[in-house]
Amino acid sequence: MNEYTILEERKDQIHRTGEGALDMACNRESLAGAVSQRACVFCGSRVVLYPIADALHLVHGPIGCAVYTWDIRGALSSGPELHRLSFSTDLQETDVIFGGEKKLEAALDELIDRHSPKAAFVYSTCIVGIIGDDLEAVCRKMSEKKGIPVLPVMSEGFKGSKREGYLAACKAMFKLVGNEDVSDVSPLSVNILGDFNLAGEIWIIREYFKKMWVEVVANITGDGRVKDIGRSHGAALNLVQCSGATLDLAKMMKEKYGKPYMRVSYLGIEDMADSLYQVADFFKDVDPDIVKRTENLVRDELSKLMPELARMRKDLEGKKVAMYVGGSFKAFSLLKAFRHLGMKVVMVGSQTGTKEDYAELERISDPGTILVDDANPLELSAFIKEKDVDIFVGGVKERPIAFKMGVGFCDHNHERKEALEGFEGMLNFAREIHASAMSPVWNFVPRRSKKAGE
Amino acid sequence: MTTKSKNFTSTTNACKLCTPLGASLAFRGVEGSIPFLHGSQGCATYMRRYVISHFREPVDIASSALGEKHAVYGGGPNLKKGILNVMKKYEPKIVGVATTCLTETIGDDVPMYLNEFNKEFGDLDLPDIVQVSTPSYNGTHMDGWHGAVRSMVEQLCTEKAEDDGHVNILPNMVSCEDVRHLFDICEDFGLKATILPDISETLDGPALEDYVKIPVGGTPVEDIKKMSGAAATIELGRCVPAKSGGTSLAERFGVANHRIGLPMGLRESDIFFETLEAVSGKKMPARYERERGRLIDAYVDGHKYIFGKRAVVYGEEDLVTGLCAFLAEIGVDVVLAGSGAKKKGMAEAISAVTEGVGRTTPEIHEGVDFHDIAERAGELKPDLLIGHSKGYRYAKVWGIPLIRLGFPVHDRFGGQRIPTLGYRGTQHLFDRIVNAMLEKKQADNPVGYGYM
Repeated sequence: MNEYTILEERKDQIHRTGEGALDMACNRESLAGAVSQRACVFCGSRVVLYPIADALHLVHGPIGCAVYTWDIRGALSSGPELHRLSFSTDLQETDVIFGGEKKLEAALDELIDRHSPKAAFVYSTCIVGIIGDDLEAVCRKMSEKKGIPVLPVMSEGFKGSKREGYLAACKAMFKLVGNEDVSDVSPLSVNILGDFNLAGEIWIIREYFKKMWVEVVANITGDGRVKDIGRSHGAALNLVQCSGATLDLAKMMKEKYGKPYMRVSYLGIEDMADSLYQVADFFKDVDPDIVKRTENLVRDELSKLMPELARMRKDLEGKKVAMYVGGSFKAFSLLKAFRHLGMKVVMVGSQTGTKEDYAELERISDPGTILVDDANPLELSAFIKEKDVDIFVGGVKERPIAFKMGVGFCDHNHERKEALEGFEGMLNFAREIHASAMSPVWNFVPRRSKKAGE
Repeated sequence: MTTKSKNFTSTTNACKLCTPLGASLAFRGVEGSIPFLHGSQGCATYMRRYVISHFREPVDIASSALGEKHAVYGGGPNLKKGILNVMKKYEPKIVGVATTCLTETIGDDVPMYLNEFNKEFGDLDLPDIVQVSTPSYNGTHMDGWHGAVRSMVEQLCTEKAEDDGHVNILPNMVSCEDVRHLFDICEDFGLKATILPDISETLDGPALEDYVKIPVGGTPVEDIKKMSGAAATIELGRCVPAKSGGTSLAERFGVANHRIGLPMGLRESDIFFETLEAVSGKKMPARYERERGRLIDAYVDGHKYIFGKRAVVYGEEDLVTGLCAFLAEIGVDVVLAGSGAKKKGMAEAISAVTEGVGRTTPEIHEGVDFHDIAERAGELKPDLLIGHSKGYRYAKVWGIPLIRLGFPVHDRFGGQRIPTLGYRGTQHLFDRIVNAMLEKKQADNPVGYGYM
């Protein structure tokens, strides 16, 4: 490995399991010039809030911020599709000089009249933070004028990384919670937090809960509705998926409404089943039969899934995987999922992992696994080469890195177009991994063809 | 011909991208170069993500990754630190620094910072550093592109080089395939060409054994430095800013600047080839005569399928102009020509390139977004849509074909290899349009003709 591949200042953000005690530096600002894979605060808040389908999402800033986040995530809606449009105030030089508040106000006026949304989120961008537009005042004024919640999202890009954006999003959303009547909510009820309904995944999960007779009050935020969020405080339990994008909201609801929350994952076999069992366990005092219903559900699903997985496992046994994900919670589930396929995970990284996350990763991964925080293309490519991996799991920015080196790839971020959650999702996942790993094209890439000739 | 400007305050589904993105793409087309955005981390990451979906290539764009304290106290230290880190990791020959709305607004004096940097670290083997001012609240990605090209020419080509008879081509934001075609054409004319930028390999490279830090290819920095010694510059695009790379070379070094349209369609391609004849002193090689002849033959063979069809075209101002030139020749009526850009002279350019053959005068919409286009297109009832992928949802609703070209093409494969230039590119585009109409006719017809 080129000695410069890893910059001195980044060495403590990389760890090899089994080689000394883990003392991972993380949650720090990205290093200038390191070509981080990370985005910004605005991105974090946009990811979380954007799937609320009957709200208006107005980006207050220059055009780029809105364009690059225009419908890029495939968060599906069963009804309105307002979230799939890209609204911007498209700030111009004169707005920067004289302030953008008037333009924002006019834009809100016009867009709320045109689309009659149930609420409006107004995202602050870098430049708004600098020119000092009073977003809160404009939103307050427009709320009164239009009679819907108009919520400022304080997401200036430079004020941290994606994680701070999650918090900004949760703060904005929390203003919606508690606005609706909850008298008809079932005692067996949950909110689904931190799922974005990519490729319709939330519909798979809701189906499971239906079979368990558990009411889902609000999807937060995939296929989300303003009204549902308004009554989400009526649910008995909050289920938080993902690496905490909506964990802050669950915490706020716990503090104000005393609602307990539970961290779950719908990815992979064990974690999916465990999550359902945990929910059943939570409600078993209210309805003892729920445990039986859940067991039946899991058994039925597994009896369909396992034979198919076994077939694919024959081909995949022993192949090596590297993954680089946004939040590391997902990595836990994927690591276990790959074990079901007989595959060996040799590198795990994340953009926003915490110390606890990396400790957990170290605990569950094989010795010699590379753990990395806030990586970049040169590091990732060096690890791919060193570990001679067969499959890389990541997002759009990682895909060409893998492909260029002749390595299979599975898109497992917000852009995926295949449902990967639940038991059916596990099957889709396995099929995708199998299809990529077993493609004959790898015979022709320089990395492999050279090996054959050696 | 009318020029409409929109009446809305807000923008819905923009038909443009931001200035630093254009600059980053242009910088990517220089050999040994790393584009570097001076701003917060998100800009670079978002743009990389966006560009990757079109080119399907690694696109490493560095950032000074400014945080809150830098926004208050200035981004100079991070800019310098960032360049040093990029030097360590990538060993670039050139770093292309583009500002963002953040650093423009906090008032970072980038030229001063870079001067300081060159003094402070003068003992190191420093790369060339080019900077361009690209506030994203001013203009579109095309301004960023042209700005970066001009900055490179002005900051790297500072002395009169010996006249070596080569030709400079400033190709505009065309596809990788188009750049390759331009090289081939020049070679066939016996001309050595400096094409700036040259994204033909850097954004469409081969499979590799290792990840290379910076993809091979791109315009060599030494060649940029020698652009002052060219026999001529050919600058493609009738909407290029008044001050450009080409005009700068003309003013400072007397290099004749031929500003012509993108060679799309027969007549604009003729102008391009005539210009090459003039510059090289050679007659157009026979193969292009044959391509030209085949194109006219195809125009005739296909004319009935498309005559009088109504098209909406949108995208970069010069691409739209080129499309209008071509569509006028084949009897497709452009009913609306839209661009997110403003005041680039698109109306005049379209008027000029369609003169004499255009059957209708299209509505020109500048500074337009897709909401405006949709509102008007509802009344104009087009038969086809031509532009980048962002028009897809409208084409779907209206039940008409979308011919994808330009940037971004991220819902189809091979966007970087779409040919549009010269007789051959026009031929390709013509075939696609005719086939789209045939397919539509087939799909809509209960009989299901299998022999058209």
